[in-house]
Amino acid sequence: MTTAPRETSRDAFSVAFTVGTYGVAFGAAGIAAGFSVLQTCLFSLLTFTGASQFAAVGVMAAGGGAVSAVAAATMLGTRNALYGLQMAPLVRVKGFRRVMAAHLTIDESTGVALAQTPRGTHAMRRGFWLTGVGVYLFWNLFTLLGAIGAKALGNPASWGLDAAVPAAFLGLLWPRLTTTFLRVVAASSMAFAVLVTPWLPAGLPIIASALVAVVWGWRER
Amino acid sequence: MSSATAWIVLGATSVLCFGVKLLGYYIPEGWLARPRLQRVNALVPISLLSALVVAEGLVVKTHVVLDHRLAGLAVALAALFAKAPFPVVVASAAITSALVYHLH
Repeated sequence: MTTAPRETSRDAFSVAFTVGTYGVAFGAAGIAAGFSVLQTCLFSLLTFTGASQFAAVGVMAAGGGAVSAVAAATMLGTRNALYGLQMAPLVRVKGFRRVMAAHLTIDESTGVALAQTPRGTHAMRRGFWLTGVGVYLFWNLFTLLGAIGAKALGNPASWGLDAAVPAAFLGLLWPRLTTTFLRVVAASSMAFAVLVTPWLPAGLPIIASALVAVVWGWRER
Repeated sequence: MSSATAWIVLGATSVLCFGVKLLGYYIPEGWLARPRLQRVNALVPISLLSALVVAEGLVVKTHVVLDHRLAGLAVALAALFAKAPFPVVVASAAITSALVYHLH
């Protein structure tokens, strides 16, 4: 099929651009949490995994400690290891290229690669790299724009940035709630977080909520 | 947050998140094949993101506070039900929250 590469490129570009624009929200969230424009941009360049970045700045914005912020971000990032496990036999690279592949291993690059399965291994590999590089470029560009914009705006509450951050989390959560069971997990995690908030130091309820995942995931259903 | 804390959070988050990504390329496949581990791992993002919605939208320090942010979240929820794209969800929440903040 000669059209396969073009369709793969189109898939990759549309995902990369759409997801990349979310970077504006992260840029604003970083500034609202008290990070500098440079630090906010370095998050997107070096951490480069959206939910973890939002978590790190989100915990700091909530008044949590550095350990809670880093732990929440890392726990959210563990799914990337599972993606890497699936992508390793596909991309088959060593040395510096493997480091690059690892850095670009996120929800979107893995998702587009797996979606190309009917088009063959070549299209999958192409989908992985194009999406990974594409998201990287757009995500960083839009992070910079969001950070500069938020810096210019000033008081976060005055512009609704303090509500934009939880709305962004809700937006990241929403597409994952594909079954009733997953919606129950989400609702019970929220209830748990509300209940433990008065009893734990700021930021810790976020980490503690992983226990809800352990409880629900322990037994087969 | 002090500047030093900000740099520490940035550095540690970046190193650990990259380390976890790289791990996926080096560990043998059997290691993570345990069903229980996979089930829990699939649920962890859902639990953490849910708790983050609460921590960011309903909490100030260690108190549950219902304020202008809740109005923004409600509108975000409505936008998600209406299948609005992500930027619209975030922007509508911000605008609503800012309006309520200024009306008070």
